Amino acid sequence: MMTLKVNGREHQVDAEADTPLLYVLREDIKLNAAKFGCGLGQCGACTVIVDGKAVLSCVTPMVLLEGKQVTTLEGLGTIAEPAPIQRAFMEEQAAQCGYCIAGMMMRAQALLQRNSKPTDEQIRAELEPHLCRCGTHMRILRAVHRAARLMDTADASSPASRSAR
Amino acid sequence: MNAPIILDRRRVLAGGGALIISFSLTSAFAQQQDAPAAPAPSPPGSLKTSPYLDAWIRIDTDGGITVFTGKAELGQGFRTAFQQIAAEELDVAFGALKVVTADTKVTANEGYTSGSNSMKDSGTAIQIAAAQARELLVAEAAKRLDLPVENLRTADGAVIAPDGKRLSYGELVAGDMLHVQAQPKSKLKNPAAYRVIGQSVPRVDIPAKVTGGAAYVQDMRLPGMVHARVVRPPSYGAQLTECDTSTVEKLPGVVKIVRDGNFLAVVAEKEFQSIKAMNALAAATKWKETASLPKQDDLLAVLTSLPSQNTTIFERGNASATGQKTIEATYTRPYQAHGSIGPSCAVAQFVDGAMTVWTHTQGVYPDRQGIAEMLRMPPASVRLIHVEGSGCYGHNGADDAAADAALIARALPGRPVRVQWMREQEHAWEPYGPAMVTKLKASLDGNGKIADWNFEVFSNTHSMRPGGAGSMLAAQHMAQPFALPAPRPLPLPEGGGDRNAIPFYNFPNAHVVHHFIPAMPLRISAMRALGAYHNVFSIESFMDELAALAGADPVEFRLKHLDDSRGRDVIEKAAQSFGWKAGQTSPQNRGFGFAFARYKNLAAYCAIASEVEVNRETGRPRLIRAVAAVDSGQVVNPDGLINQIEGAIVQSMSWTLYESVSFDDTRITSIDWQTYPILRFDAVPESVEVHIINRPGQPFLGSGETGQGPAAASIANAIANATGRRLRNLPLTRKRIKEAIDA
Repeated sequence: MMTLKVNGREHQVDAEADTPLLYVLREDIKLNAAKFGCGLGQCGACTVIVDGKAVLSCVTPMVLLEGKQVTTLEGLGTIAEPAPIQRAFMEEQAAQCGYCIAGMMMRAQALLQRNSKPTDEQIRAELEPHLCRCGTHMRILRAVHRAARLMDTADASSPASRSAR
Repeated sequence: MNAPIILDRRRVLAGGGALIISFSLTSAFAQQQDAPAAPAPSPPGSLKTSPYLDAWIRIDTDGGITVFTGKAELGQGFRTAFQQIAAEELDVAFGALKVVTADTKVTANEGYTSGSNSMKDSGTAIQIAAAQARELLVAEAAKRLDLPVENLRTADGAVIAPDGKRLSYGELVAGDMLHVQAQPKSKLKNPAAYRVIGQSVPRVDIPAKVTGGAAYVQDMRLPGMVHARVVRPPSYGAQLTECDTSTVEKLPGVVKIVRDGNFLAVVAEKEFQSIKAMNALAAATKWKETASLPKQDDLLAVLTSLPSQNTTIFERGNASATGQKTIEATYTRPYQAHGSIGPSCAVAQFVDGAMTVWTHTQGVYPDRQGIAEMLRMPPASVRLIHVEGSGCYGHNGADDAAADAALIARALPGRPVRVQWMREQEHAWEPYGPAMVTKLKASLDGNGKIADWNFEVFSNTHSMRPGGAGSMLAAQHMAQPFALPAPRPLPLPEGGGDRNAIPFYNFPNAHVVHHFIPAMPLRISAMRALGAYHNVFSIESFMDELAALAGADPVEFRLKHLDDSRGRDVIEKAAQSFGWKAGQTSPQNRGFGFAFARYKNLAAYCAIASEVEVNRETGRPRLIRAVAAVDSGQVVNPDGLINQIEGAIVQSMSWTLYESVSFDDTRITSIDWQTYPILRFDAVPESVEVHIINRPGQPFLGSGETGQGPAAASIANAIANATGRRLRNLPLTRKRIKEAIDA
């Protein structure tokens, strides 16, 4: 048993030390957003935030996560109370099949938390580890720009932006 | 999250206070079209194959409205579009109804969700069903109120009398109006009165997808569910000669090892346990492999030397037009992968002799037939329920994963079994888009017009979908295997390898030959746009070569050979929006390109202008901007259509610049995203602009496969414009461009 802190809550998890975080999030904690795409760290679909940094959960074993804070897309907001990044992706309709989107959003979130006004070049460079097969890239870029603007103007005390920290 | 709503079709049929509109359509659709009077048109698409469907629309006594479609939402967004169509014709609020998608127990058999046909097939059926349901409700209200129907109107799910009295649809349906045959004529709304159709309604599936809702088959968790992984053979035709399961059986969590001939799988309580067990099991097997693959670097010779069935599919002659200058060219396309971001997945459960499979297949009914045959079960005992998966772009591993899950679940009665493929399995085992060769030859007359045109295409079939069990890997690998069905060319006018092979332009002399190649050295099937991707790439590249020979502007040259007014409109719109000018010069190291096609020569029109930059030192190409114009008939959801065309351009750019399946003489060697690189963000264009030409009241023409061919040719033409070199072999890689520049 080990303790894993996810989206502000502690979970007692019975997983072998070499189990990648992705499987624990999806199977033990029953979260949907982080996706299995390649298991090789090549596509970004599994991306979550660990201690403020975007991390590929499919290649991050549990043994490295003791005492760390994990944030998934579920931890940012809900349909009723979406975080700025979620609102931005809805407003830009930035998905087709959407399988890659949660990972994209988490890396974008990590970027915006450390750089609230990224340039287009910085956003593209940041998203380089991520693949989208539907060709939704133009909308994804627009959504990240929109999220930056929304976060800039968001009420810092709103539940969504609080939990994103 | 829009969880699939499970409805018992028998209960639906039994009525239970529900209004059911059934179809035996003959000419209902025709009245919308300005088609010639004779011969009488057949009913729209899916109604052809399922003429007695009786559950498109259901209205419950509580006013709840359900729309049924046999099509599968694959990320195109048509669930939202269907909801718009039904809301419009029923006169209810968009949010007042829900859409149930493909499920063999409750929806129509609409075959596959493919070919950009969903709007035409299902959208049209839903439109007519909704309109006729509304008419029946109005008629019922008229009877009850003793008023003429002309005095009644509908709004917000109710029929309203002149005095303001409202009868809700739920109240009205409670009467005896249960089973009603659809009439040949429908009172469809005047498009000028549309308030939901034509609006960019936000997609209903996106909120769950951006907040971590359960949105995919991959997200299913059933009580008692176990996880399975398949150990695939290392190559096509490999035979399992040794398999020591003793160690693996003792691994933590392992529930069962399932072996049936060359089919080998392991089941464990937890997912990562199943992956570790799969790896251990793979290490404990020995396979006998056969070197059976052709030479990857000489597909031209391979394809043109394999035996083929040759058919002249188009012939037009006009002796008065004679060519003076003749050119010819050969274009090739490699095998290309669907490359879904999420590997294929399915969940199956075998209970009391009945098999249920949750799958992201494109065709629940044909896939059910294949699985039932494989399991030697009656189809009625097998139920397939579509649940969204990662985008598939055609026939990927979805059906195979469904068969895997079913075969494994049968060995574990009662327990739901979830199977997801590994990345390398998806890359190595999916059925690829077939390699193709086209040979073109044409002549210009003295006025710089095309006098004769010859086109030959060499290709496999473009669909090896189930139907039969033999289409699915699990059934092929069983100890008593099912044979791969004989491949067949897909019939025109839609075609397969010859899709869009017949020129849409007016050439006085034209000759088109389809060389259908039955032998399939690599596993292939339907990939988005089928042969149209390569045929349009070839035709539209060659049009530019001919325009250059004629000394003509590429846009003017196309218009000179095209009478179709809707085709001309998209060409002019794209050119004008792009800022295209005859005699233009592009900035240094940049080029402009243009291309046009009408998908399948019978669906949506699309023209694309593009600007590409080429680094002359490295050869690296970059699409800077693309401007598209599209005419998809009556637009239902403009933003959804734009999203599809944007996606087509960006996806096609990836196919066109980067992608080819690699293999040695025995094994597929492109088995992940390192060995099969696709577009990444550094190469994403600066802008992609899509202009819609709406055609109110015209038939829906679909959109998902409209842009891929024109995008490929537009980019190729821009590269030729930038470098002065014509590249004819896909993909147009940095290396090939560099070699062309240096040649």
